[in-house]
Amino acid sequence: MDFLNALVALANFVLIPGITYGSQLALGALGVTLIYGILRFSNFAHGDTMAFGTMVTILVTWGFQAMGISAGPLPTALLALPFGILATMALVLLTDKAVYGFYRHQKAKPVVLVMVSLGVMFMMNGLVRFIIGPGDQRFADGERFIMKARAFKQMTGLREGLAIKTSQGITVITAIIVVAALFWFLNKTRTGKSMRAYSDNEDLALLSGINPDRVVMYTWLIVAALATIAGTLYGLDKSFKPFTYFQLLLPIFAAAIVGGLGNPLGAIAGGFVIALSEVTVTYAWKKVLNYTMPDGLEPSGLAQLMSTDYKFAVSFTILVIVLLFKPTGIFKGKAV
Amino acid sequence: MSEPFLIGDAMTGGYGKGPDILHDCTIAVNPGEIAVIVGPNGAGKSTAMKATFGMLNVRSGAVRLGGEDITNLTPQQRVVKGMGFVPQTSNIFTSMTVEENLEMGAFIRTDDYSDTMEQIYGLFPILKDKRNQPAGELSGGQRQQVAVGRALMTQPKVLLLDEPTAGVSPIVMDELFDRIIEVSRTGLPILMVEQNAKQALEIADKGYVLVQGRNAHTGTGKELLADEEVRKSFLGG
Amino acid sequence: MTETVKTGLLFAAAALLIVLDGTVSFGIFSGSWNSSLTILNMGLISAIMALGVNLQWGFAGLFNVGIMGFTALGGLAVVLTAMPVTEGAWSAGGFRIVGGLIFGAATIVAAVLAYTKLSAGRARSFTVLAILVVGFFVYRGIFDPGVAAVEEINPALQGNIGGLGLPVLLAWPVGGLIAAGAAWLIGKTALGLRSDYLAIATLGIAEIILAVLKNEDWLSRGVKNVVGLPRPLPYEVDLQKDADFIAGAASWGLDVTTASSLYVKTGYALMFAAVLIVLLVMAQLALKSPWGRMMRAIRDNEVAAEAMGKNVTQRHLQIFILGSAICGIAGAMMTTLDSQLTPGTYNPLRFTFLIWVMVIVGGSGNNFGAVLGGLLVWFFWIKVEPMGQLLMELVTSGMADGSALKAHLLGSAAHMRLFMMGLVLLLMLRFSPRGLIPEK
Repeated sequence: MDFLNALVALANFVLIPGITYGSQLALGALGVTLIYGILRFSNFAHGDTMAFGTMVTILVTWGFQAMGISAGPLPTALLALPFGILATMALVLLTDKAVYGFYRHQKAKPVVLVMVSLGVMFMMNGLVRFIIGPGDQRFADGERFIMKARAFKQMTGLREGLAIKTSQGITVITAIIVVAALFWFLNKTRTGKSMRAYSDNEDLALLSGINPDRVVMYTWLIVAALATIAGTLYGLDKSFKPFTYFQLLLPIFAAAIVGGLGNPLGAIAGGFVIALSEVTVTYAWKKVLNYTMPDGLEPSGLAQLMSTDYKFAVSFTILVIVLLFKPTGIFKGKAV
Repeated sequence: MSEPFLIGDAMTGGYGKGPDILHDCTIAVNPGEIAVIVGPNGAGKSTAMKATFGMLNVRSGAVRLGGEDITNLTPQQRVVKGMGFVPQTSNIFTSMTVEENLEMGAFIRTDDYSDTMEQIYGLFPILKDKRNQPAGELSGGQRQQVAVGRALMTQPKVLLLDEPTAGVSPIVMDELFDRIIEVSRTGLPILMVEQNAKQALEIADKGYVLVQGRNAHTGTGKELLADEEVRKSFLGG
Repeated sequence: MTETVKTGLLFAAAALLIVLDGTVSFGIFSGSWNSSLTILNMGLISAIMALGVNLQWGFAGLFNVGIMGFTALGGLAVVLTAMPVTEGAWSAGGFRIVGGLIFGAATIVAAVLAYTKLSAGRARSFTVLAILVVGFFVYRGIFDPGVAAVEEINPALQGNIGGLGLPVLLAWPVGGLIAAGAAWLIGKTALGLRSDYLAIATLGIAEIILAVLKNEDWLSRGVKNVVGLPRPLPYEVDLQKDADFIAGAASWGLDVTTASSLYVKTGYALMFAAVLIVLLVMAQLALKSPWGRMMRAIRDNEVAAEAMGKNVTQRHLQIFILGSAICGIAGAMMTTLDSQLTPGTYNPLRFTFLIWVMVIVGGSGNNFGAVLGGLLVWFFWIKVEPMGQLLMELVTSGMADGSALKAHLLGSAAHMRLFMMGLVLLLMLRFSPRGLIPEK
């Protein structure tokens, strides 16, 4: 019984939040890794792209709520999501045309493009703060829980409850659908394959008659969709605050690099590695240990390895370790 | 003599704004023929081929394909016109499967290309066995077959090969040459740059010896192999 | 127009802006010397930071986006150097904390040694893991009680280890040293990998340094802030009581309050300017020295430089440490100016990316450019807000009072500054990538 309780506590406080966060990071890291693979630079504006998409989704959600449109037990934001994606697509295509395209045709060094993406980051950040303000926004509505802790206890008779928030369920399901769709697109469609070919060997792709402008355009469209979805899911699960999204850049980059920059499969693996380690290291293990340790050996303290404030340190440490021992990431990425 | 199918006629030019590498250099190939460009290191062999493919500035002279002047077309446009080019290095998509490599070769085709793919698998049976393997995992000789196969997928009217046997063992080289002859028997004109001059001239219908970006000797493969001067200077006696 | 004249004119323009702000009260100009000197002081500090970043980027092409972290370390240095020792903190737990930290470092060293000395295999992985796990718990065992003991001491005011009670000016070089140490650690790991990785590594370390400052209350009181740091200049209130000063102020025709604050601010401005000039001269000498030429040679063609036998990674490490140290010095100066350490106010947009705008606008690779960029961009960073406000007032002038949109636009004007800075950065990169004063 104690063992089951420990397992449930573990699932409730570590696995479920970790998997949820991991899905969000994976979606974010996929965007970063696609840009890196195809446009060949680290996009520092990605966090703010996510913020922009989420912001539009939130605004449309509010509009829907005001009009009385809702998705029943699901958050209204899911209905608003397509609008957020469309707006973000428009924004990134505009940015590419006005900013990145120039440097691409010049064949500028990657670090110049990174610098340019800083400028874009500034502008997007300013834009988002200007429109929605720097504060916290909550926009989740509908049913809050798929499974409540108390209901679980009653159902199983265990002392520990297992709660699954709607946002967690939606995150994981959406992530699975999105990732499946993305891999289907990349591996089965002509356009998807041409994107992979372009990422693999740009010159040969050109020789094969692949149109680079089309590839770049599709990449941005996909990245916009991924960023908006990742941002909205994160916002539903936690809350929306422009600065938090900027800060997500670090775990997202860590995930993409740990997995191997330019490798979509790696981005997903990296997202879960980073998220689960973050949650594991910052979780207070007291409860789980109380159940599993023999009497008298229970920890007196919280048994927390690191305070939650150091979650960035966790992503960073993993990043550094991977860079030291396997600079191209777990799955082989590009090392340009 | 009528105009050859593909001709780089009296080409002079170099990369970008750099100095001229080619001087009044002429290269041509006809259907059913294998034409080989040989010469010492730095003679501009690859450059001459790249010039016919539009990868450098041809300042004077012309490139004509089937009588049409294509001097001012980009490489991509020449692919559409029916030229297939196999670069010397990074000539495959390493992370993609063999079959996907071939599909990418056929990217510009809108018709059904499954016949062409079967044809290529017929020419290179090993590729059929390995169709679902990432091309990067194949051996050097197999990679070259993928590279040639990829270029053939457009059903080109002429095939350009840049040192197809660079870095492979002599046995693999012989096998590759056999394949190239087979491809040529389908009537496809092949223009090839080769480091292994002797073996290449043996299979060549036409040979061009370049020295410092100029035509030094031109003739059939047999003639060149028999030529005393060519033998002495390039073929090691 | 020669380069020198152009440079002179640009600096004159920057000076004019400061003077105008002090004298003219119109539009964006405040007409108050007090505010103008505040801008100048932070402008000078920004110029020093820009100088440090320019050393890294302009000389060596290293992309450091962790400036905030090095600045914050400089700030920490002020606390550790200049604050008086907290009574009883060392005996209560200070030594324990230091012991814990030393033990923690020793654990890592031991793990690294085990990794390098043992031959690869399961035994090695197990040993390294065991060292780390056991080491971690022992470390926490030593460290935690010490922290708890220190944080219990007078938590409302202290609760931290305090400093060494040394003169505050000493904190400036100390800030440089601490930042240099951190830079060494990062440089060792991330330099030599591709350029983006250094960027991401520095971004990460900056966040971590800040997390430490915010959470390690025993060290820096965390978000409770350390206030009342010692100052190198007299306090305004003391000046206002000083008979000589009152007489002096009267002879200038100023009231004592204004005079005292102007006196202190001018004093800081002179000190900062002195540091800036010293660093600028050193940077110029370095740029012109064989070392500087080598750096630029490496930047322009790493492969060729490596082929000529230059140890590129080692040289990069040097310059990365130097540049970061300068940022640390500037950070210490800034905290001295504020006479408080407020970890909550460090924000990468303001402390890292703004410095980048300064370097790019001023002219990367040119020390004078970086300094000019620091002064000018800081001025505009401060003034974009009133500019945005003016603009918004203009835009909304036709709207009905009390309309939600008008209120929103007016209220959000402050956020325009990020947008404007991004725009400036992009425009410069696009149309004048070499900056106002380009590299020669």
